[in-house]
Parts: sequence; C-alpha cells; structure tokens
Amino acid sequence: MEHIRTPKVENVRMIDRLTRRKSSVGTLYLSSTHTIFVENSEARKETWVLHSLIYNVERLPTNSSGSPLIIRCKNFHVYRLLIPQEKDCLDVLASLTRLSRPERYGELFCFSFNPNLDKELREKAWGFINLKAEFSRMGIPCNLWHVTAANHEYRLCDTYPSELFVPKSASPAVIVGSAKFRSRGRLPVLSYFHRDTSASICRSSQPLTGFSARSSDDEQMLQAIMKSNPVSEFMYVVDTRPKLNAMANRAAGKGYENEDHYTNIKLQFIGIENIHVMRNSQQKLIDVGELAAPSMSDFLWGLENSGWLKHIKAVLDAGVFIAKAVAEDGVSVLVHCSDGWDRTAQACSVASVLLDPYYRTIKGLMVLIEKDWVSFGHKFSHRYAHLDGDPKEVSPVMDQFLECVWQLMQQFPCAFEFNERFLIQLHTHIYSCQNGNFIGNCQKERRDLRLQERTHSLWPHLWENRAEYTNPLYRTDHSQTQGVLKPLTTAYCFKFWKGMYGRAEKSVASHQSPADCLNAVREESQQLEEELSSHQEVPRETDAGQETCPTEGKENFRGEEEDQQVV
Amino acid sequence: MEFAELIKTPRVDGVVLHRPFMPTVEGTLCLTGHHLILSSRQDNTEELWLLHANIDSIEKRFVGSLGTIIVKCKDLRVIQLDIPGMEECLNIASSIEALSTLDSVSLMYPFFYRPLFEVIEDGWQLFVPEEAFKDLESMTDEWRLSEVNKDFSVCPSYPSLLTVPKDIDDESLCKAASFRHGGRFPVLSYYHKKNGMVMMRAAQPLTGTNGRRCKEDEKLINATLCAGKRGYIIDTRTIAVAQQAKARGGGFEQEANYPQWRRIHKAIERSNVLQESLIKLVESCNDQSHSMDRWLSKLEASNWQSNVKEILTTACLAAQCIDREGASVLVHGTEGTDSTLQVTSLAQIILDPSCRTIRGFEALIEREWLQAGHPFQQRCAQSAYSNGKPRSEAPVFLLFLDCVWQILRQFPCSFQFNENFLIMLFEHTYASQFSTFLGNSVAERVKLLLSQKTVSLWSWVNRPQELERFLNPLYEPNNLVIWPSVAPQSLQLWEGVFLRWNRSTKCLDEAYQEMVHIIEYNKELQNKVNSLRRQLAQLETEDSPLQTP
Repeated sequence: MEHIRTPKVENVRMIDRLTRRKSSVGTLYLSSTHTIFVENSEARKETWVLHSLIYNVERLPTNSSGSPLIIRCKNFHVYRLLIPQEKDCLDVLASLTRLSRPERYGELFCFSFNPNLDKELREKAWGFINLKAEFSRMGIPCNLWHVTAANHEYRLCDTYPSELFVPKSASPAVIVGSAKFRSRGRLPVLSYFHRDTSASICRSSQPLTGFSARSSDDEQMLQAIMKSNPVSEFMYVVDTRPKLNAMANRAAGKGYENEDHYTNIKLQFIGIENIHVMRNSQQKLIDVGELAAPSMSDFLWGLENSGWLKHIKAVLDAGVFIAKAVAEDGVSVLVHCSDGWDRTAQACSVASVLLDPYYRTIKGLMVLIEKDWVSFGHKFSHRYAHLDGDPKEVSPVMDQFLECVWQLMQQFPCAFEFNERFLIQLHTHIYSCQNGNFIGNCQKERRDLRLQERTHSLWPHLWENRAEYTNPLYRTDHSQTQGVLKPLTTAYCFKFWKGMYGRAEKSVASHQSPADCLNAVREESQQLEEELSSHQEVPRETDAGQETCPTEGKENFRGEEEDQQVV
Repeated sequence: MEFAELIKTPRVDGVVLHRPFMPTVEGTLCLTGHHLILSSRQDNTEELWLLHANIDSIEKRFVGSLGTIIVKCKDLRVIQLDIPGMEECLNIASSIEALSTLDSVSLMYPFFYRPLFEVIEDGWQLFVPEEAFKDLESMTDEWRLSEVNKDFSVCPSYPSLLTVPKDIDDESLCKAASFRHGGRFPVLSYYHKKNGMVMMRAAQPLTGTNGRRCKEDEKLINATLCAGKRGYIIDTRTIAVAQQAKARGGGFEQEANYPQWRRIHKAIERSNVLQESLIKLVESCNDQSHSMDRWLSKLEASNWQSNVKEILTTACLAAQCIDREGASVLVHGTEGTDSTLQVTSLAQIILDPSCRTIRGFEALIEREWLQAGHPFQQRCAQSAYSNGKPRSEAPVFLLFLDCVWQILRQFPCSFQFNENFLIMLFEHTYASQFSTFLGNSVAERVKLLLSQKTVSLWSWVNRPQELERFLNPLYEPNNLVIWPSVAPQSLQLWEGVFLRWNRSTKCLDEAYQEMVHIIEYNKELQNKVNSLRRQLAQLETEDSPLQTP
C-alpha cells in the first residue's frame, strides 16, 4: 500500500480513440493489485486493470483539457485516460509505475490472490495435470525408454525437471557425460514419443563443440536415441537457429553437432531468430496495431516491416518439419537451439500439436504447456517480465507458440476443442501472475518458492469454465480432428491475429462472432434435448398409470447427463 | 454452324489434366462451340467442362512432341493440359484462342443454352421498376416515375423508367441531362424510410473550364432537400482529379451555384487503375514461392485492399450522412457507372436490411448495377490474366462483391446469403450460360432481345434446389443499420476468390458443413419439441374435465 500515492481520482475521462462518443467520465481507484475505473453513468460500469499486467504507463504533455495518461498492458489492451489535475496524473503515474514493477517474488499477485478455496481443494488442484500420466499415455516407460533418477534433486541440470525420460540403452555414465557436454547440462531427453512409428522427439541445448571438441558420451547418447527407434537408420538433429548464429556460437565453445563425429545424424537448420529479434519484431507489430487511423498501406507495410508473420512462419515450419519426420518418415528428431528453452520449446510443442490430436483438446493443451514449457525450464518470469529486471531477457516466445496454434485453427476449424478465447486467456495468464503456474524460471525455483503451498493453480479454474472456451465446430469423430495435421505454410496462409493484436481500440472489436452464435445454438439444442427427453418420459409414465410429472423427467435426464460427463 | 470452322481438332485422346490440389486426370479432350470438355471415361471421375468464355488467356509450351497448354480462367483458376502431339496441341490452342475471343454477343453461349430445368419464375419479370416504385409510393408521395427516357434517347445508359422528384417535369430533366456526362441526370437511388432522406446518383456535371451552370440541374437536386436542410454531394474522385476533368468538359458542382450542398471528395480509383490492381494481386496470390516479406510487399503494392478500404469508407460516409446526419446525398464520379454504383449499392446494404436478403440483394444488383447501366460486358471482357493491351475491362463489380464479403464477414448473422452466393455472382459476371450480365445497358439488352431469347440467371438461382447452397445458416433477420469497420486490420483478403485455387478447402468446407449440421439439428429439435408441446397441451385440455370432479 505504501506505493499508492493517491487512492482515488475523480472526473477522469476514459477515451475511446476511434469513437469519441464512447468516451466516458468516471472515478479512478487505485488498490494494491488493481486500478479500477468506475463510470459515472447509471450503469456504473467498471473496468479493472491488473497491475501485474501493465506493460508501461506513459504521460503526455498536459493540455487545456487535462493530463493524458496511457496505460499499455502486456495483453495489448490500451487504456487512455484524461486526468483533470496534473498533480493527480503524476501521482497515478508514479504509483502505477512502481506497482507494475514488483521487485521480489513475494510482491507478486499470486501470493495475495485468494479465490476462497480450502487447503485440500487447492492441493488437489495442483495435481490436476500429471506429467507422469501424460508419458504413460504416450506409452512411456516401455522396453525402449525409461525414467532416470539422474537428475534427482536437480544435480545434473538445475533447469530440467527432476524426472527425465531417456533411452534404456543409455548408461548412467553416458547420461552424465552427455549432460557435461551440453550448455547448462541440458542433455538430450525425451519430449514426445510417437506410438505409431516409435519415432521420438527429444530435446536438449547446444553441444559444447567449439571448433573441434567432441564427447563420446554425447555421441553415444544420440546413438542410443536413434537406436530407440528400431526401424530407423538415422535421426535428425534439428538446430532451430539460423546456421550463422549456430556457427558464431562455436567461438564461445558452443555450437552444433559435427556430422562426421555423430554417426547417422542429419543436421537441419531451421532459422528461427533469437529472443531479441522477436522482442523487437513484436514491438513493431504492437505499434502497427496502435496506429491512429492507418491507411491500408501503412498497415501492410508495418506488418511486413515488423517481420512478425515471417517469424511465426519459421516456428510453424520447424514444427511441420519435425512432425513430418516423425509421422511420415518414422525418423526420430533431436531438437535444440542454444539453451533449449525457447525455440526448442516452440518447435517441440508445435510439432506435438500437429502430431497428436490430444494436444488439440482443452486438457491436452494444458498438459503440453505444462510439459514442454513449464517443466522443461522455459524462463517464464524472465521472458514475461514478472519482476522488474533485465529488459533484454524479455521476449514473446510463448506468444508465438499460441499464435502458431491460432494460425492452425484458421486452417483446421474443426480440429481444435478450444477456441480463440482460450488462447487469449492463456496468454493473459502467462503474464498476469495471478496463479503460481508460470511463476519462476524452472521447476527447482518453483519448488524453492513453495508455490504449491502458497498459490493457486490456473488449470482447474480454466477447466471449470471450459464451456466458455469450447469450439462449437469440434467433434471428436471428425476426420480433421484425428491424425496428423498437415498445414500449408505458404506466406499467404498467415493472417494478422486481430483478436490478439487488434485490441488497442475497443471499437475495432468484431461485431458478430459465428462461434458465439453457434455456441448459443448448441446450448439451446442441449436444452431442447432435455425438454424432449422429459416430454418423452411422459407417455411411458402415463402408460404405467402414473400422473404426469415433467420435473421428474427432467431430473432423470440431468442424472444421465452427469453420467456422460464422468465417462 | 460457323463454330466448326474455328475448331481445327475437335478431339484428342490421352490428354492429361493437372489442377492444383487435385489428382491428375487422363482422358479425352473435346472442343465444342462453347465448351472445352475433358472426360476420363472412367466411372466416378468428374469431367471438366469449361466455358470458352471463361478462358482469359492461354500459354503453350513444348517438350519434344509433348505439348502443354496452360489455361488461365476468368474465375482465376489455372489448369494445365498435357497434349501428345505437337500438331494437335497447336490446333487445340488456336481453336481455344479463337473460341474464347468471339466478338459478337449473339454468338455467346446464353443464346445457345437451353435450360434442363423448368423455368417457374422468370427472372426477367422479377425486378421491374414499377414494382419498386409501388414500394416507394407507399412511403412517400414526393417522387414520380418518369418516361422521359422511354426510347433511351435522353440517356442511353439509363433504363426507360426513372424515379425523379415529383415537381420536376420531363423538360427540365432533359435540360439537366444535357448538363451531365452521358446524359446521366440525378435520379433516385435510395429512400431511407427511417427519416425520409434520400440518396441520388448521377454523372459529373459538365461545368467545363468556364463554369457552366444549369438551373434545371440545381432545381432538380434542390427539390430533394427539406426546407432549410443541407445535403451532401459525394464526389468519388479527389479534388485534383475533379479539377482536371474540367479541362475535358466535365467538372463538379460549384459552391456558389449549389449553396445548399456540401461537397466531399473521396479517392476511389478509376477503372483502368483497378484492373491493374487486380492483375498484380492475382499474380502475387499465384506465386507460392514468395517469402513472407515479398508476399506482404506484393499484396501492399497491388493496392487491392486499399481499394476495398476506400470504397467501403466512401459507402459508410454516404450512409452516415443519411442515417446519422439526417441529410440527403448525391453521389457521382465521372461517368456515374462505376465508383458511383459501388458507393450507392454498398450504402444500401449498410442501411437497408432488405438488401441483405437474397431477393433484396438480387433486386439491388438489378437496380443499382444492371438497370443503372454498369457496362458489364466491357468491364468483364477480360479478367486478371488479360495480357493484351487493356481496353475498358475492370473489376468494378468484383470489388463491390469483395466489399459485401467484408461486411458479411463482420456481420455473419445479418445476411440471408453466404459467401458462395457472392462467388457465384463473380463467376457469372465473367462467363455464364445465362445472359443477365450480357450487354452494357438496358438499351443494349432490349435490342438483343435477351428476355425472349435467353435465360436469366435469377430464373436458375431462385429455384429452391439451387438456393439451398447459397443460404447462410447463421442468418437472423435484423432491422438495424450495420456499420462495418474499415480499419485495415478489419479488412481481409477475400480468400474464397483469390486463394480459391491455391489451397485445399477441404477442412474449411467441412467446418461449414458442421455449422450447417449444428443449426439443422437445432431446428429439428425445435420442431420436435414444438409438436410435443402441442400434443401435451392437447392432452391437458382433454384431461382437464376428468381432473375437475
């Protein structure tokens, strides 16, 4: 509370830049976690802005009508306020600037967020996603892959999960030796196993080859991975970086696999740019979304100049390459970049979405994020600026993954159980710090912060509200739902994600959504089904000489419906 | 028949057809007077029937004795035919070329086409001006139907019946006509029932460099203003273009002579510029090797999306003047047959819910395009693959359809028709068995005796069997004015037309089917529930005497 210089400012104007008529006057309240704008109108409409979602606050020069303040959020919402007194504006600016940049984990919203769950439920909620169950769904462990205790207490690699899946044929010495030859000890381990072909997706960081170094353990590790796919005679090593970047890393004692030293590997560079390029690219894209009344040329030129869609295409291309190798050619793939926690996570998870229909369900996408991102040490707190820190660590890595999924949804409208809203909600929560799921940079850090005891898990909350996130066109028995997705990645297939980046102005919002219409229709159908079955109960009951009792019939139906959900 | 002379080789065996995203077909190629047919002679394989009129251009290539003809169609599809034998290939190519560029309208397919269906509702009789005027009469008595253009002598591009202010006599109309380009004097385009405001359209006034004026013209348009009210003149050209027009005898309304009108200039491109834009757009859509940067830069350079935005913006402006400002509007550009019609027709879609129904939309096309004298035959003579020197072809109507699609995308529940309806219209403007889009004006169509000799597109489309494909399952009639967003990020490339042949639409088609399924299932349930409810109510009334002792 000590950071709040002024808790309340009256006669503040919230400006809608496109439609001046929609601007409104109200009171601004500052709490420790939210800024709340309450309209003076009869409806007393409230707008809540979570402080941890604020990206920056900008004050424009005071003019005759007051002091303008622009609040930009990490989920691309923009709020434009006009505050009558300059002093109030300065106070709000100073308060928000401090409140939106917590310095310690303890200040984060998740530690004060209290959704009124008892302890037992909260603990149960943290067990909602179980990665062991996920690996066993893939058929792991099996005669080729098993779990190793090598990273118990994170002694081999402190940014990896403690449980790792490796080829059975890899000896403990090989595992340790391979870890030593990889950046930050991030050795090659299993990410996804494709049952149909026995091909796998493994992930790691770059090898410490420099110009000539080699490690027989690491070479044996890759050999073991290749051999774990009995029918295949070689494996791919997908280096997701541009080749030049990979070569430059050799000067720092890092680099990429030498095909002469590793037998039977094929090295493939994909050319996804690094986090700094992506950060700048997204900033340019946001600027495009914020242009006031741009011409079509301004917009298209800005879109091109941002390079954003080019990067999205690169990530999707990486996923397509891996998915094809695994599903069509039956060849295992080792994916890495430099540290193996950004581009590698993107490429592995996009490939998984293409390969496995499960990851295209609501629960499945949660599992995938938990597996490829949370457990494998994607640096959430650094990348999404949860704490005031090095701005060079910030990058929209996860944004790009979510967008790849969205682009796929455009090509395969029936293949995903979730809708666009689900992706946007996930995006917001990755930044919001409301739940403990995405706090910290790796599993070890989360354990040390005792997040499971002190915060709530997001997943059960999203699951409870899944009706809101359901794609009405999804059907489990649909042909495009099943099997591997083979998207077209020609440049013209990529679209500007208006639902995500077009939110700076409220009035641009889509007018009517077919998905919402369809959901309403489906809901109505469900009610009709209920009514129908209740009516159909009637003749039977009257036949039996009972009095008609529609409510009873309805209850019966509800009971049946519940049974179905359990199944 | 004379076609026989043009067909050098009527039949070739062993021809292989390649189409993107479809399996190749080997079969026999046949040329008839109006069609190119490829049939595989195997069961279950569809045949290709292509109207010669649909062929925009062809290219030949030879590898040894195997010839290849690339056929580029006006509906933007590109197909490849591998023809064994150099002579056959050359013969086929020159035959196609000759048959697809016939000059005489009376040799066009509609004059030979005999429908295989019974014409129940003759499309030629569907939309007559008298009927539209009856509707108008029920709302206002300020207007009359003038026969001044009965023999098309006052204005050759206007229909014979025109709606004009009641107080203006035919003599004044003739004088006003002589003051407007092509004789296109201001006529009623739309009456806004909600507030009685109107939209009129015309061609540019012939003020010339010395500022000619015409009292009758001024009186004519002033007659549409309520006392003390100002109106808006929307000139679809920039002020610079309008100024230049003066040198060629054209011009714009001077403030001094039209004090009750405020003039606004917009920047809708002229037709030759639009044609170039289409060619560039389609070229970049067809190159799948483009990197992202190159694709976006080509898309931008084509200016197509800019054109869509400018046209929609102008239509919104006209609609805004009428609905929000409560003012009447006069729209014109130069000839009043292209950009003017884009604006007036789109404004009506925004303002008038009836234009968003199938019948209403057909009526709108009839009124604002066909009868209003949009020169379809000239504009649609060639499409995006034209490689000769451009004459007067231009995708004016396609841009209109694109704009309608943009509004449809933003208001998916407000239109009775779906995207397929718009695509079908696009196809039929360029090549068709029906004659609706033949000719450049009502006068030409009358002269060609189209209504006696040929079949109207509407006679076919409005059959329930056909209509089904074009119905939007999400449609919920709504009586509101719909304001589309014209922000660049709200406008998309019309993939259904421009990427139609460059990707597989299987998954999108399935999604559409799923949507239809969900809604049909809902209707089915509703019917069942309603009938059960009725039965129940009936049972209850029958039971009630028993329950009251």
